[in-house]
Amino acid sequence: MKNKAPIYFLLFAIIVFFLGMFFGMIASFQYLLPEFLKEYLPFSKLRPFHVTSVISWIVLCATGSIYFFLTYVEKFKLFSPLLVKLHFIIFLLTGIAIYFSFAFDYTEGREYFAFKPILIVPILIGWILFGINYFKTLYKNVKGWPVYYWMWGTGIVFISYHLMEAHFWLLDFFRLNFIKDFAVQWKSTGSFTGSWNMLVYGISIYLMSKIKKDSDVARNKAAFFFYFLGLTNLMFGWAHHTYLLPTQPWIRYVAYAISMTEWIVLASIIYSWKRSVLKVEKENHPMAYRFLLATDFWIFLNIILALLFSIPAINFFTHGTHITVAHSMGTTIGINTTILFSALFFILHQLYPDFETDRKWVKRGFVSFNISLFFFWISLLIAGGKRSYWMYVSKSGLFSEMQDSLILYYISFFIFGIGIFVSLLIVAFPIFKAFFHKIKT
Amino acid sequence: MSTNSKLYLFVIAFLIAIFAFYNYLVYSSNGYVAVEKLSPMAVKGQQLFQNNRCWSCHQLYGLGGYLGPDLTNVYSDEDKGPLYFKAFLNSGVKSMPKFNFSEEEKDVLVEYMKQVDETGIYPNYDAEIEATGWVKLKYQNEE
Ligand code: HEC
Ligand code: HEM
Repeated sequence: MKNKAPIYFLLFAIIVFFLGMFFGMIASFQYLLPEFLKEYLPFSKLRPFHVTSVISWIVLCATGSIYFFLTYVEKFKLFSPLLVKLHFIIFLLTGIAIYFSFAFDYTEGREYFAFKPILIVPILIGWILFGINYFKTLYKNVKGWPVYYWMWGTGIVFISYHLMEAHFWLLDFFRLNFIKDFAVQWKSTGSFTGSWNMLVYGISIYLMSKIKKDSDVARNKAAFFFYFLGLTNLMFGWAHHTYLLPTQPWIRYVAYAISMTEWIVLASIIYSWKRSVLKVEKENHPMAYRFLLATDFWIFLNIILALLFSIPAINFFTHGTHITVAHSMGTTIGINTTILFSALFFILHQLYPDFETDRKWVKRGFVSFNISLFFFWISLLIAGGKRSYWMYVSKSGLFSEMQDSLILYYISFFIFGIGIFVSLLIVAFPIFKAFFHKIKT
Repeated sequence: MSTNSKLYLFVIAFLIAIFAFYNYLVYSSNGYVAVEKLSPMAVKGQQLFQNNRCWSCHQLYGLGGYLGPDLTNVYSDEDKGPLYFKAFLNSGVKSMPKFNFSEEEKDVLVEYMKQVDETGIYPNYDAEIEATGWVKLKYQNEE
C-alpha cells in the first residue's frame, strides 16, 4: 500500500484553488457594484480570502507534487512516511483555522498573512517537517543531484526563512521604525514569492526532463547557471517593490542592478524558443505538454512586463496601480498555475496510464483559459495605465471619478475572470475525480 | 559526492554569506532616511489599521489593495487633513465598510497617519527621473 498523503495534498490544493478563485470573482464584482454584499463580505474580507487561498494552492500543489515525484515516480523510500501525514494534518487544520480567523475578523496580521499571527507557528512546523523528510530522503538516495533537487531544497529553506521574516514586525526593533518595517515586510513577501518559484520552476524542469526522457536538461551547466541567477534574484531583487520608499539609495541600486540580470533569462528564452518546447515528446503527456507550452508563452509576456517596471523610471509610473496586479496574477496564474496543471496531468498519467487526458472538453477548456487570461491581463494593464495617467499626468478629478471612468475595463476584468474560473473548472474536473477515486480505493 | 556538488555547495555558501551581511544592513536602521520612532499611540493606530484591514483597499507608498485611494500623505494634504480623515471613518462611503470607531480610536488612527505622513512623500511628484532609468527621490524635509 502506497502512502496516499501526496494525493491528499493535491486534492486539498485543488479545493482551495477553486474557493480562492470564487472569492476573487466576488471581489472583482465589487469593483462594479461597490455596495454588493458589502455588509457581510466587504472587499476587505474577500481579498485576504482570495489571496491567501490562491497562494496556498500554489504552495500545496507544489508540495504534493514533490512528495508524489519522490515516492511514486522515483520510488524512494521516504525517511518517514509518518511525517508526511503529520505535515498534511497540520496544514489542513491550520488552513481551517485561517479561514475561521478570516471569517470572524481575527485579522491582526498583514497583507498575504492577515490571519492571527500565532498561526504562522504550525505553518513553520509543517515546513520544517517537510525539510527534514526531504533532505534525509535525498541524502540517502541520490548522489550528484540534478538541478530540481537543489531548487526544491532551496525553496523549502527559503520559504521557512521568509515566512519568519514576514513576521518580524511583531518585534519592536522593526515595528517602531515605520520605513524599515515596511521595507522588510515587502522584502519578505517578494522573496517568499521567489522561494515558491524555486519549488514550481523546479517542478517544470523535472517535468521537462521526464516528458522528454532526457535528464540532461536538469544537469547541464545552463540549468545550474539559471538556478544561481534565480537564487540571487530571490535574495536581492525584492527591492523593486519598494523603489519609492525613502530607503537609502544603495538598497535600490542593488535591486536595480540585480533585477536587470533577468534580461539574460529573456534573451535565453528567445534564443532557445524553438529548441526548448517543440522537441518535447508529447505522446504520453498531451495535456501536460500543452500546459508547459502555455507556460512558455506566459513567461515571455510577463518577463517583458517585469523587466520594464524593474527600471525605476518606469516603475515610478506603474507602481501603485493595477499594472502591479496584472504582474502578480499574470505570473501566479500564467506561470505557476500552468506548470502546476502540467504536473497534475503528469501525475494523473502516472496513476492511471490509460486515462485519456486530452478529451475534447478539456482541450476546449485549455484554449478558453488562455484566451480569458489574456484579456483579463490586458484589462488590468489598461486600468493600471489609466490610473497612472490620473496620478501623474492629468492630476485632476476625484478618485471616485477616476474609478468610475474605468468601469469598462473592470467589467471585462470581471467577465474574463469568470472565463478563467469556468475554463479551469472544466480542465480540473476529470483530474479531481480521478484523484478522489484513488484515495477511496 | 561528486566534485560538481561541492562546487555548487560552495557557490550557495558564498551567496548565503553575502545574503547574511546584506540582511544585517537592511535590518539595521541606517538604511533608511526616516528614523523617528512610532509613538505608542501610533502603534495602536497601526494595529487598528491592520485589524480592520484598511490595507486591503488602501495603499501606503503605493503598496496594498487597489479598490481605494493611497493614504500616505492624506494627513498633510492641503485639501484633506485630520478632520477630513476622521469624517471618512464611520461614513461607509462606497465600498468602504461603515466602521464604528470611538473618538479615541479615531485619534490613534490619525496619529498613525500623521507619523506615516512624516516619513516621506508618495506620489513623489518632485522626484527626478534620470536618463539612466534611475529615479532620484525627494525626501521629506528636503529642500
Ligand atoms: C472595502 C474597502 C475599504 C476599506 C476596508 C477601507 N476603505 Fe477607506 N475608502 C475606500 C474607498 C473605495 C474610498 C474612496 C471613496 C470615494 O472617494 O469614492 C475610501 C476613502 C477613504 C478615505 C478618504 C481618502 C481620500 O484621499 O479622499 C480615508 C481617509 C479612508 N478611506 C480611510 C480608511 C481607513 C482608516 C480604513 C480602515 C479602518 C479604511 N479606509 C478601510 C474603501 C475602503
Ligand atoms: C477567477 C479568477 C480571478 C479573479 C476574478 C481574481 C480577482 C482578484 C482581485 C479582485 C484582486 C484584488 C485586486 C485589488 O487589490 O484591487 C486579486 C488579487 C490577487 N490575485 Fe486574483 N483573481 C482571480 C484568480 C487568481 C488566481 C488563479 C491567482 C493565483 C493563482 C490569483 C492571484 C492573486 C494575487 C497574488 C493577488 C494579489 C495582487 C497584488 O497584491 O498585487 N488570482 N485577484
